[in-house]
Amino acid sequence: MRYAAEVALWLLALGSYWLFPDYLGLLAQVWIAALFAVSLDLLVGYAGVVTLGHAAFFGLGAYVAGILAVQGWGEPFSGLLLAGLAAALLGLLTAPLVLRGGELAGLMVTLGLALMLYEAANKAAFLTGGADGLQGVEIWPLFGRFRFDLYGRIAFLYALGVLFLCFMALRFLVATPFGLALRGIRGNALRMAAIGTPVRRRLMAAYAVSAGVAGLAGALLAQTAQFVSLDVLAFHRSAEGLLMLLIGGLGALYGAVLGAAAFTVAHHLLAEMTPQFWEFWIGAALVMLVMLGRGGMLGLLRRLGR
Amino acid sequence: MNAALETRGLTRHFGGFTAVDDVSFSLPAGARQALIGPNGAGKTTLVNLLSGALPASAGQVVLGGEDVSALPMHLRVQRGLVRTFQISQLFAELSPLESVTLAVLQRAGRGAVWWRPLRRHRAEQDEAAALLARLRFSDAEATARTDLLPYGKRRMLEIALALALKPRVLLLDEPAAGVPPGESREVLDTVAALPRDVAILLIEHDMDLVFRFAERITVLALGAVLAEGTPAGIQRHPAVREAYLGEMAHAPAA
Repeated sequence: MRYAAEVALWLLALGSYWLFPDYLGLLAQVWIAALFAVSLDLLVGYAGVVTLGHAAFFGLGAYVAGILAVQGWGEPFSGLLLAGLAAALLGLLTAPLVLRGGELAGLMVTLGLALMLYEAANKAAFLTGGADGLQGVEIWPLFGRFRFDLYGRIAFLYALGVLFLCFMALRFLVATPFGLALRGIRGNALRMAAIGTPVRRRLMAAYAVSAGVAGLAGALLAQTAQFVSLDVLAFHRSAEGLLMLLIGGLGALYGAVLGAAAFTVAHHLLAEMTPQFWEFWIGAALVMLVMLGRGGMLGLLRRLGR
Repeated sequence: MNAALETRGLTRHFGGFTAVDDVSFSLPAGARQALIGPNGAGKTTLVNLLSGALPASAGQVVLGGEDVSALPMHLRVQRGLVRTFQISQLFAELSPLESVTLAVLQRAGRGAVWWRPLRRHRAEQDEAAALLARLRFSDAEATARTDLLPYGKRRMLEIALALALKPRVLLLDEPAAGVPPGESREVLDTVAALPRDVAILLIEHDMDLVFRFAERITVLALGAVLAEGTPAGIQRHPAVREAYLGEMAHAPAA
C-alpha cells in the first residue's frame, strides 16, 4: 500500500512531463522547491532544529554553480556537486554558532547569518552581479549531449532526476540509526545525552547534510534558469520553505514534496488571478490546514486513507 | 580503595546559596546504597553534579579511579555512569522498542551509523525487545507510542533505558516517584535483581523502599553529608532522627 502510493507519486511526477507540456518550467520550479523543502525537513522535522536562514545555503549553492559557469566551467553535474559541497561546508562552519545557545538564540543566528550573506552578495557585485543579478550563466549540455532548451524539457528532467536521487538518499538516511538518533534528539535532547549520545555532533552532521542538499537545490535553480538573482538569498525563501513543510506535513519527507508542490502551484495560480493579493490566500490555506489538524496535507491523506 | 564512584569536596553554589556543600562520599563496587534526606537537602542537585547535567563549583567526581569532573554527561555515560530521572525524560513520539534500541545502538557504538538501515541491525533490536520483555512489556506496549503508555510503564521504560546501557554505576533518582505502592515494589525488585557488579545509588523519598533495598545509607541535609552507615545504624542515629523525625518514625525495623 505504502510502496504503491510512493511509486504512484513518482510516476505522476514523471508523467506530468507529458500531461502538462506547457508548464515544464513551472514544474522544474516545483522540483527545486521540493528539494529545498526536503533538505529543510531533515533539519526541522527530524532533528528539531528550527531555522529562519536556510536560504543562505540555497543561495550559496546557486551562486557557486552560477559563478562557475560564468567563469567558464558550465558542466552541470560537477557544478552541482561543488555547489552542494560548498553549502555543506558553510553549514558545518556555521553549525556551532547556531547550536550554541538556546532554541531562540539559534533561530536568531540563522536569521543573522542569512542576512549577512545576502548583503555580502549584494556588495560583491564584481562577482555576483549584485542587484542586477548574475548574467551570462551558460550551462553545457547534460552528459555532453542534452542541451538545456527553451521549453524547459531538459530542465524538468534534470531537476526531477536530482530531486529523486536526493530524496531517496535522505529517505535511506532517516531510516538508519543516525536518523533515529535525530528523532530522539528532537524528542528529548537531555535523554539523548543521558544515553551517551554526543548530541551536538549529531546535530552538526544533520545541519551540514541539510545545508548541502539545500545548496544542490540552489544550484539546480541557477543551472536551469541560467541566471542568479539576489532573490535566492532572500528571507522570504527561508520562510516559504517552512510554510511548505507546515502545509505538507513535518517530519515525513513526502510531506515536504507535497507541500512544495502545493505551495508553488498555488503561488503560480493565485499570482495569475490576483497578482497583488496572492499571499492572502496562501495565508488562509495555511490557517485552514492548521485547523484541520496536525501533519499538514500528508496527515490529512493518512487520516482519509484509514 | 576500589570505589566505583567517589566524590571529593563536591560543591555547587547557585548565586549565594550552596545547594551541595563539600560532599565527599564513595560508592564501593557492587554497592546497594541509598541517598536520603529531607526536601531541599540537595539530593537532585547532587545527582546532577554526578551525572554531569550540572557543572560543579568545586570538587571532583571520580569514576573508577578516573577524574570525570570536566567531562560532559554523554562521556560519563560512555564510561559507565548512568542515571535515571525523577521526572521521566522519554521520547514521547517513539515506541519503547525504538527508544531502547537507540540506547543499545549508542552503547554498541553504532549510534551514528548512516550507511546501514535500522532494520539491518537485528541484534540490537532483539536485545532491546528482550530487555523490554524481561521488564514485562507486552509486544503491544513495546511498539506503542510512549506517550500513550500508562504512567507505571513509562517509569519502567525510564529504567529500561538505563539498563540498556549496561552501567557500571547506576544512579536512580526516585525511580518509583508517583508509582502506586504495588508497582513500586516491582520497580525496585527489577533493580535489586541486577548483577552484583553494578554499583547502585538509590535516591529515594520512600523510606519503606530505602530500607528494603539499601545495605548502606547516606543522609544528606542542607547540602552536606549528615551521616552514613547501615540502615540499622542510621535509624538510631540521633542527628538523623532530629533532621528527619517525621518520616523515620514510619520506617520499619531493619
